[in-house]
Amino acid sequence: MSAAESETRGVRRRLPQMPQAFSFIGAGLIFAATLAFTGGAGGGQILSTALTFATMYVIVGLGQMFVITTGPGNVDLSIPATIALAGAVAMTVMGGEDGMIALGLLAALGTGVAVGCFNYALIRLLQIPPIIATLSASFLVQSTAIAYGRGLRVRPPPALADFATGRIMGVPYLAIATLLLSVLMAVLLHRTVYGRSVAAVGQNSRAAHLAGIRVDRVRFLTYVLSAVLAGLCGAVLAGFSGGSSLNMGEEYLLASIAVVVVGGSSVSGGQSNVSGLWGASLFLYLLVTMLNTFGVGAGLRYLLTGLIIIAIITLAGGPRAGRA
Amino acid sequence: MTGALANPRLLRALLPPVSLILLLAVIFTIQPRAMSYLGLNLMLNLALPIALATIAQLCVIAVNDLDLSIGAFVSLVACIGATILPENPALGLAALAGCIAVYAALGALIHWRNLPAIVVTLGMSFVWLGAAVLLLPSPGGSAPAWLSTLVKLRTPLIPFAILASALLALLVHLFLMRSSLGVVLRGAGGNPQAVRRAGWSLLKTKMAMYALCGFFGVLSGLCLVGLTTSADANIALRYTLLSIAGVILGGGEFTGGRVSPIGAVIGALTLTLAGSLLTFLRISPDWQIGAQGAILILVLALRALVNRTERRAA
Repeated sequence: MSAAESETRGVRRRLPQMPQAFSFIGAGLIFAATLAFTGGAGGGQILSTALTFATMYVIVGLGQMFVITTGPGNVDLSIPATIALAGAVAMTVMGGEDGMIALGLLAALGTGVAVGCFNYALIRLLQIPPIIATLSASFLVQSTAIAYGRGLRVRPPPALADFATGRIMGVPYLAIATLLLSVLMAVLLHRTVYGRSVAAVGQNSRAAHLAGIRVDRVRFLTYVLSAVLAGLCGAVLAGFSGGSSLNMGEEYLLASIAVVVVGGSSVSGGQSNVSGLWGASLFLYLLVTMLNTFGVGAGLRYLLTGLIIIAIITLAGGPRAGRA
Repeated sequence: MTGALANPRLLRALLPPVSLILLLAVIFTIQPRAMSYLGLNLMLNLALPIALATIAQLCVIAVNDLDLSIGAFVSLVACIGATILPENPALGLAALAGCIAVYAALGALIHWRNLPAIVVTLGMSFVWLGAAVLLLPSPGGSAPAWLSTLVKLRTPLIPFAILASALLALLVHLFLMRSSLGVVLRGAGGNPQAVRRAGWSLLKTKMAMYALCGFFGVLSGLCLVGLTTSADANIALRYTLLSIAGVILGGGEFTGGRVSPIGAVIGALTLTLAGSLLTFLRISPDWQIGAQGAILILVLALRALVNRTERRAA
């Protein structure tokens, strides 16, 4: 092996770890900049709020990450519509009563299962790229959410709202629950046959097929998982914000993809990073907080957020090798 | 019948116009009065900006990418058209030219760093939206009079929207499908290796296609603001999804540079009419995007069927 070759190997081994560290460092720097501006005031409050909002990004990011890991061209664009529909369904089933929370959550997750099955049915039966399939599905899901959720004024059950907004010693319950979920997902991804299959399919679906992995089933499960997590996010989000609204999923399309990419998972699939999702989610939320603290208006905030995301993926680098 | 079935290529090409004709037939059956100059004009009033946005999307899809920012971009152009352009035409035109240059630069960046276009354009959608909000924080502004007069032109016999859409389809078809430059540009999506080995710069082709996307996006925004006369930062956000759906409806494949400009314009018209159909059927407008999704899925299902028969025949 030549020296140059071993050097590229070394770089390749280090590279996957860098973007993940990048997101945490970025989040830390932004937090420091915010504190420097406020003179250290409200640091705990900012961090606590950031943890709450970051959890929503992490929940949808987990699903999107599994989907993106299954290879180039795999993206779930139906997440915002699923969030809106699942939130509305959950609120209706719960009807504001504590006793119905479990059933409502189940309904939200069931909505996710249905959307996921529909997504995959389109991909498989119509033989169309996942982007187009999830896009067409999202048209239908969004319409259903609009027709179903119009004029819906159901407040979340008090216990759910308390859980979604409550915190223990400054740490939101939500963050603790989502941390457990992330650990669970990391185990699923790195320690189970299914998780290893997802990565294998993403690295080379033909090789995976020849190695005896049932590629179709893996992809099917992945799309269902993504939609189920979006459904969960919808229910939690509705509980947090005092009811469901039709456009509450809107910002999660960019967010779900951005946290995966910024968090150091490979956009071309095959390689994923659960802890990076947390760094990237905190980074994204703290960025918005920082711009708000600086007194930047909505327009400039959008503009800077977009530019910074593009700058990060440019720096973190796309897939350097031209492997399709 | 057997002749048509034996030729899947023809069948696939016929799918977009047949869907449009079917849709029109249903509308005319329910409401015969729609079959008039006035009726068509009302139904297709907003078809031209959508058709232009669809052609913009087509340019990017032809090189195997996807532009998730076109809706926000068209909104920004509309805002420029309603604020800077009437007051200071030179500055307005410079701003629009700058937007196209940014698009070309995006193409270069995506090619140079081998970045996923979806993520880059999703980020750009925030940049365009932010710029639009900065320009026009609340809905308002007014389009230059010459622009409104131009797009509200009352042509004899056939409404302007239909004539202009047909002209657009024809011109883009001639350029992209029939000229030698067009073949190279599409080749960058179909077989990049071959295009590079033939001595063409992939970087330049990608920049050219992105610049074309920006150019048609600018036309779409100007046309839209001319029709509505005032703008809003969110005015065209739904164009992103509509334009992708239009290209696919019109027979465009997602990879391999297989696109059809004529089909895409027909696809855009079909999607525009889907909204009118719901109104005639007295179905709540809540279901408008749902109906567009359903039409998209239906056409894709038919195409899958055609492809299957083709494979069986082969």
